[in-house]
Amino acid sequence: MASVSLKNIIDEFNLEELTSFGNTEDILISVADVTRPGLQLSGSYEHFGADRIQLLGNMEMAYLDAQTAEDRMYKLDQLMSRGIPCLVISRQHEPFAELLECSRRYSVPLLRTPEVTSVFMSALIKYLNVELAPETTLHGVLVEIYGEGILMLGESGVGKSETAMEIVKRGHRLIADDLVEVRRVSDTTLLGQAPEIIRHLIEIRGLGILDVKELFGVSSIKQQESIDFVIKLELWDERKSYERLGINEETTDILGIRVPSITIPVRPGRNLAIIVEVAAINFRQRRMGYNAAEELTKRLFGN
Amino acid sequence: MVKKEIIFQHDGDMQMKAVAVLIQKASSYRSNIWLQAGERRANGKSLLGVMSLAIQKGTTVEISAEGPDEDDALEAIAGYLENPEV
Repeated sequence: MASVSLKNIIDEFNLEELTSFGNTEDILISVADVTRPGLQLSGSYEHFGADRIQLLGNMEMAYLDAQTAEDRMYKLDQLMSRGIPCLVISRQHEPFAELLECSRRYSVPLLRTPEVTSVFMSALIKYLNVELAPETTLHGVLVEIYGEGILMLGESGVGKSETAMEIVKRGHRLIADDLVEVRRVSDTTLLGQAPEIIRHLIEIRGLGILDVKELFGVSSIKQQESIDFVIKLELWDERKSYERLGINEETTDILGIRVPSITIPVRPGRNLAIIVEVAAINFRQRRMGYNAAEELTKRLFGN
Repeated sequence: MVKKEIIFQHDGDMQMKAVAVLIQKASSYRSNIWLQAGERRANGKSLLGVMSLAIQKGTTVEISAEGPDEDDALEAIAGYLENPEV
């Protein structure tokens, strides 16, 4: 299961460590949610998710402030003894002495941010969603053409890298060659990027390894891109019939999301880069509601 | 599909040349070959893919092959990873 260490969260949001037990790297968060434990502080622990980050804002701090020191101690002890990963105080509130004590008693890190509670909460959930998203690696090439993220898949040696090179030379951008790390960041969005070690490198047989960023500059590359469209390249098979009209809606399943796709047969002498580029433009046009094959049908049969 | 797990024992990192020889070996088979190290999986015929695995001494690599000559391919790749001659 995907997880992110508390240390990464602290670094990402510049959280102040009011108490620290040197174990932030070992505390792993695997739920993309945050709890404001108002109900819990007032005594109800039904459906309590102890694996979530707990966030104390104006409301919780005001509630705690209204309690006697003894009650505060009891309530905080109840909350912090349940194995929660950490407790964050927002809006730079001063921690109560009881908070610090319970934090030490159960070795639960107490963190603080000057941010407004709701702003911090939505930023944190967004960050967790991205970090905890289901992930896979695919063998393919990811390029961005006219703003569309196009993932090219196909066997080794079918010409993906060469095609990517020409696409870059035609003014588009390379995101990843060979290995694409894909993350499902929402129910409709897949994000692809290259593993850091081989980022923006491309291998062309006969030339060796090329650094696209150094050769063609920053405008020829991109860090990450959504995967909008899949193009499968395969060697031309005489016995197979290929799409002639462009009416069928083919999709490819990646991490449970069905991405529109097409299959392009490869034969020596076919200019793949142009075909891929035009496929990208055509895909955009279709998304805007125009399908050339359907228009032709209308002209033929007049409906 | 056949699978085998080996531990890379060679001193030092897996150098570029060793990777190049490995993918050339892999490319001589018709089967699809995959290498997995940790959470990352790479096509055994792709130079950048195998490079990105950053295989070092002690890395456990799972090799899998699928296709008409999968047994030979698996033996050859596993044998080479166990004793890479650069």
